[in-house]
Amino acid sequence: MLLIPCPYCGERAEGEFRYGGEAHFRRPDNHLEATDEAWADYLFMRKNPKGWHRERWMHLAGCRRWFYVVRHTITHKIATAYKVGDAHPDLPA
Amino acid sequence: MSQDFRLAQGGRIDREKPLRFLFDGHAYEGFAGDTLASAMLANGIHLVSRSFKYHRPRGIYGLGVEEPNALVETGIGAGIEPNARATTVELADGLIANSQNRWPSLRFDLGAVADLASPLLSAGFYYKTFMSPAGGWKIYEWLIRRAAGVGHAPELPDPDRYEHSYAHADVLVVGAGPAGLAAALAAGRAGARVMLVDDQVEPGGQLLNTPYAINGRPAPEWVAEATAELDRLPDVRRLARTLALGVYDHGYVACVERAIPVSQGRVRWRERLWRVRAKEIVVATGAIERAIIFDGNDRPGTMLASAARAYAVRYGVAAGQRAVVFANNDDAYRTALDLANAGVEVAAVVDLRHDLSGALPGMARERGLRVLAGHGIVGGRGRTRIKAVEAAPVDDPSNRQVIECDLLAVSGGWNPALHLYAHAGGKAAYDSGLAAFVPGAPAERMTIAGAAAGRFQLADCLADGARLGAEAARRAGFSAGPALVLDAPEPEPDSRIGPVASPSRGGKRFVDLHNDVTEADLRLAVTEGYRSVEHAKRYTTWGMGPDQGKTGNILGLNVLSDALGQPVPQVGTTTFRPPYHPVSFGALAGRETGDLVVPTRKTPMDSWHAEAGALFEPVGQWRRAKAYPKPGESLHAAADREVRAAREGVGLFDASTLGKIDMSGPGAETLIERVYCNNFASLKPGHARYGLMLGEDGMVKDDGVTARLGPDHFHMTTTTGGAAGVYVWIEDWLQTEWLDLEVFLTSVTEQWAVATLSGPKARQVLGPLTDVDLSAAAFPFMSFREGRVAGMPARIFRVSFSGDLSYEINVPARHGLALWQALMESGRPHGITPYGTEALHILRAEKGYIVVGHETDGTITPADLGMEAMVSKKKDFLGRRSLVRSGMSGPGRKHLVGLMTKDPARVLPMGAQILERPSEARPVPMIGHVTSSYHSPTMKRGIAMALVKNGRARMGDTVYLPLLDGPTVAAEVVKPVFYDPEGARRDG
Amino acid sequence: MRRYSFVQLLRNAVGLGDGWQQAWRSPEPKSSYDVVIVGGGGHGLATAYYLAKNHGVRNIAVLEKGWLGGGNTGRNTTVVRSNYLWDESAAIYEHSLKLWEGLTRDLNYNLMFSQRGLVMLAHTEHELNEASRRVHANRLNGIDAEIWSREQTLAFIPILNGSKDIRYPVIGSSIQKRAGIARHDAVAWGFARAADALGVDIIQNCEVTAIRRDGSRVVGLDTTRGAIDARKVGLVAAGHSSVLAGLAGFRLPIESHPLQAMVSEPIKPVLDTVVMSGTVHAYVSQSDKGELVMGAGIDAFNSYAQRGSLPILEEIASAMIELFPIVSRLKVLRSWGGIVDICPDASPIIGKTPVDGLYINCGWGTGGFKATPGSGWVLADTIANDRPHPLAAPFSLNRFSSGRLIDEHGAAAVAH
Repeated sequence: MLLIPCPYCGERAEGEFRYGGEAHFRRPDNHLEATDEAWADYLFMRKNPKGWHRERWMHLAGCRRWFYVVRHTITHKIATAYKVGDAHPDLPA
Repeated sequence: MSQDFRLAQGGRIDREKPLRFLFDGHAYEGFAGDTLASAMLANGIHLVSRSFKYHRPRGIYGLGVEEPNALVETGIGAGIEPNARATTVELADGLIANSQNRWPSLRFDLGAVADLASPLLSAGFYYKTFMSPAGGWKIYEWLIRRAAGVGHAPELPDPDRYEHSYAHADVLVVGAGPAGLAAALAAGRAGARVMLVDDQVEPGGQLLNTPYAINGRPAPEWVAEATAELDRLPDVRRLARTLALGVYDHGYVACVERAIPVSQGRVRWRERLWRVRAKEIVVATGAIERAIIFDGNDRPGTMLASAARAYAVRYGVAAGQRAVVFANNDDAYRTALDLANAGVEVAAVVDLRHDLSGALPGMARERGLRVLAGHGIVGGRGRTRIKAVEAAPVDDPSNRQVIECDLLAVSGGWNPALHLYAHAGGKAAYDSGLAAFVPGAPAERMTIAGAAAGRFQLADCLADGARLGAEAARRAGFSAGPALVLDAPEPEPDSRIGPVASPSRGGKRFVDLHNDVTEADLRLAVTEGYRSVEHAKRYTTWGMGPDQGKTGNILGLNVLSDALGQPVPQVGTTTFRPPYHPVSFGALAGRETGDLVVPTRKTPMDSWHAEAGALFEPVGQWRRAKAYPKPGESLHAAADREVRAAREGVGLFDASTLGKIDMSGPGAETLIERVYCNNFASLKPGHARYGLMLGEDGMVKDDGVTARLGPDHFHMTTTTGGAAGVYVWIEDWLQTEWLDLEVFLTSVTEQWAVATLSGPKARQVLGPLTDVDLSAAAFPFMSFREGRVAGMPARIFRVSFSGDLSYEINVPARHGLALWQALMESGRPHGITPYGTEALHILRAEKGYIVVGHETDGTITPADLGMEAMVSKKKDFLGRRSLVRSGMSGPGRKHLVGLMTKDPARVLPMGAQILERPSEARPVPMIGHVTSSYHSPTMKRGIAMALVKNGRARMGDTVYLPLLDGPTVAAEVVKPVFYDPEGARRDG
Repeated sequence: MRRYSFVQLLRNAVGLGDGWQQAWRSPEPKSSYDVVIVGGGGHGLATAYYLAKNHGVRNIAVLEKGWLGGGNTGRNTTVVRSNYLWDESAAIYEHSLKLWEGLTRDLNYNLMFSQRGLVMLAHTEHELNEASRRVHANRLNGIDAEIWSREQTLAFIPILNGSKDIRYPVIGSSIQKRAGIARHDAVAWGFARAADALGVDIIQNCEVTAIRRDGSRVVGLDTTRGAIDARKVGLVAAGHSSVLAGLAGFRLPIESHPLQAMVSEPIKPVLDTVVMSGTVHAYVSQSDKGELVMGAGIDAFNSYAQRGSLPILEEIASAMIELFPIVSRLKVLRSWGGIVDICPDASPIIGKTPVDGLYINCGWGTGGFKATPGSGWVLADTIANDRPHPLAAPFSLNRFSSGRLIDEHGAAAVAH
């Protein structure tokens, strides 16, 4: 049971949240003209890093806001959380 | 028998409170404060079990959770617990215990033939045989399964209750020995919110049986004082009988608390799982003594030295009358001295080390104890109880001497209990001086104090605890309180440890008592190439029994180290995983069993359905009325009747479970346009439209009717099952991608109760109750009106999922039941009939309306469903780009069609697969499957919807459906609308 | 390879044997191989074995970062079945199941493959309909499958909660009688021993640090035990696939999640088949040793930690008690986590990659163990012939561009 630092509500247990996977992958611009490959890249391809991961969470049982978390996928350590629209913080070393 | 081995004095048991218990049908007596194990030993019971593989006689070996042998069955009937450790079972009056894994009796166990066959049963033998004849494994396995297993499961459901509790702590201290008590005091004095958990009945740990003093007074007095102070501190919570099972991410710790046993009736709860979120964790779990490898090291009467000591000092029990202590370290001499002081004759201390210059061996010699330096135990006598040991010089193992004894206390040194540290991701480091693993780099939020950190001296434990407790409190934001001054002089120990194995003369040398794994097994594994520690473990099952190798881990590593010619740290260590000690399913589940296993969502009208005798079905968490059968009526007949009513007269359906999302704001129209693939911009306020929602992959995701309440205000409905997912998904787009849209979404599924009136007489039922003009001209199909129904504020949607005239009446949830009753009352003259989900499905299938999840399965596009005309060519919407991928069109796609069986009485089974032509070949290519199939009371025949490859090009064709245990049925491909294709009845 | 048999065992027991050989060698890596398989789990070892056995390739190495079978092979709940919904899945899993049926004797290693049947419970009408669809399809695909009534189901599994008055009563089930369980470690060891006997070099403690290319073609690997040239490379490393693909310069449609499992203390036999429940969410069998082996759910978040969270264990405990009320007083002995690579359509990826000479086998999610021999068979064929084996063709990486996914989500509502 992770402890997720909601930027609006503070630290809450993971059970209150919905996980949304990798953050900041972009829908291709002019996506209707995008190639099948570019579109598949957006739809399905993921970084899935072993290490720091920018990811999306929604505080479903709280403020119901989507936000971003930087979390390590081996240690599960959370470096920071930030709101939509905030500058993306650097990944820890 | 009456406690012949109870010492005349001493111990922390209450001699005023005798407790009776049964073991294998014989009555015995112990005292309050005993464990089952100490009470058994007080009665001279050593033989308590048979081992897993060879069925060798085994006795009580340890003191607590490390126990590998003394697994017994406690309780009777529904209250049976198999594999209970006698060492952790608190004695209660009337306790019933039985031995396990033996037949016909513990003393004469036929299973012991396995011991005679042991040369055949070497490590991994089962991988090398039982391969012939082909298929023979079924028989071998049947036999093996019956020989394996330990205890028997109860045959009845558990009558007891289990609880879950949450707690938050600034500092969680695990273990209430010297280090733990000091840590809790230091953190508590700093004002931190402290939780102190300990698995024993009383706090103190090793202090309960140490002869040494703290601040000049007997250690138990300090324990009492410290405990009293902790109990006075308002923010300190102390839990006894509570074992920390596992450490999870971000300071989340699972602990299980056992109830105080009662002699009669049932406890209020049997076990309670504590889920503690701790800012800081101080691990003061102490250390576990380990065994020594020697020939025949499993005879009953052989036990850990620390256990023998504690039984004598803490429980006032002589585990034997004449003891031999077998040691490779100085601490064992404390046992020898304590046993001697308690009145047990110590025949000899056999020490594998040559040089015994420490203070403790000196004290033993002074006390007149016989010390055999540089000696090992090379054999023994006795089958169900040890009678004598053979000792010999390490350098000359054949030069044996026989020492008679009935207790062999073994000490192979101590292993810090690093399980929780490992759970937290800690990587232990090997300390060759201690011949043990100690904590390496710090784990998150965790510090380790005292013996758990490999610091075994009492003064060190106390100092560690005081320091780390204060530091933990400081990190949690509290400044230090009054300092703890603790003085605990002890004899200076010689920390040198001897080898953990005695010379061998060829007997069985166990490294894992429970699983009967011997040194030879491990060496065989290495010979056969299972050189990784994990391979050796898995090949031999070393450390995989119920005790998870708590006493044999280091022994095995030493064997592997020797066999591989590598130092122990290079051999590696296996990983400790939660739970630290086995935990019941009941405790993990808590109250989430039975009716509470998953929350039951009920609609506001649920009580009416129940009273009407509705047959319910679970739909996700909801319970929904499937039909309202009359007495003696089948589901099928009830659904038929309900369908006919809704077609010919009027029916009433509880549609409250439909997902509902309220959307308002200037961006609402744009939002709706983006999430539905069909046009909504042209929808006028007061009107409603069916919407189809796709995932970004172009597949149908959800559907429902959405009404425009005002220019910037929409009421969206979703499927019952899709409600939560759709809401989160739209919020996701709105909040993270479409920041330019100002829209507020509110999930209002539970705010509105919905009753659907359906059938030609619907207007007559609703009319008298409402101020809304229901005439077709004033309130046409696919429109919406706000008004009052039976005096309640209501939103009425004229939509239809049955294909007949239909009104969906929404009222605030609190009025749901009243609305339902009012409609039933108003409908009585018209023969109103409540109908359930079964009839609903038949009604909609007659019209060819899809249900997401029946006609779709995540692989179906709008075009597959024949809805491509709906899909907007002008606007952009989620999933649009995916629809033009190469795999999304062409003759390979499946189309939604109708099927009419040639035999009208035949109802196809749901899911039946479709062939182009009859065939007996297997595998055979299939062209589709039945998605929905019912007997239609309206059409008076079987009807089905199906997804068929290139189905729209097959209209009029005959296809074939081989049934599971019956004929192949022929059916004609038709359009998927069976009833009123023009929609005249719906629009009227 | 000296064959295992009862006679051998007896001879060694009475001291007439000449001892046991090592099951596989521990060779130093050579500087060059025809084929290098990255990943010494069941799938990788099976690939190497069938490359040597079926295709006569002799110069093969299997590189394993840690110890053989230490990934998901040694961490799963050992279920073997082939009753998948879609034709493509059914074909490859059935091919695998047929290999399982002869594998113990083929490898001369007792894998304890126990065809004790697998019952998938249905608690809701919808579940029963889905089961019916799957069973109809299985039968036409030549796979044994039946629909059972509630009564048949309860008679077959006496400890199942048969009450009608519970949250999710059992209303029926589907069963595959040829399904069952096997001894997971033995699969890795059996394949390793047989592959070694055919000359395959199995190299443990050897981590790949780089994949070397010459233009669009793979030419070798850098490892913690030195550089190794290779004409062809197969990546078969569940739980690390994305990282390896990253080394080769392409991405995968995969996310890695922890999947937890746990075992109870050993008890005498109470459960003679494998039981899966989608609605109550559990799957369980009883090992020959007597432990109840249970699969739990997947943590929602990405993770490479081989451990899971407590709520998942609480859920499986509740589900177990709901299904089998007698387990409440039994005890959970051990829990652990594996890393599963989940594809968007819950189906694997097998075949060629954007890099010539580089092949991949990944994305099995929770279903990899049962596919071990079949997956090794088709990947070996794909590598040997540099074209997808017919059974592997539908599982190509490019299905994600065309949209021709093989969506097994519906059929695999519960992880297995």
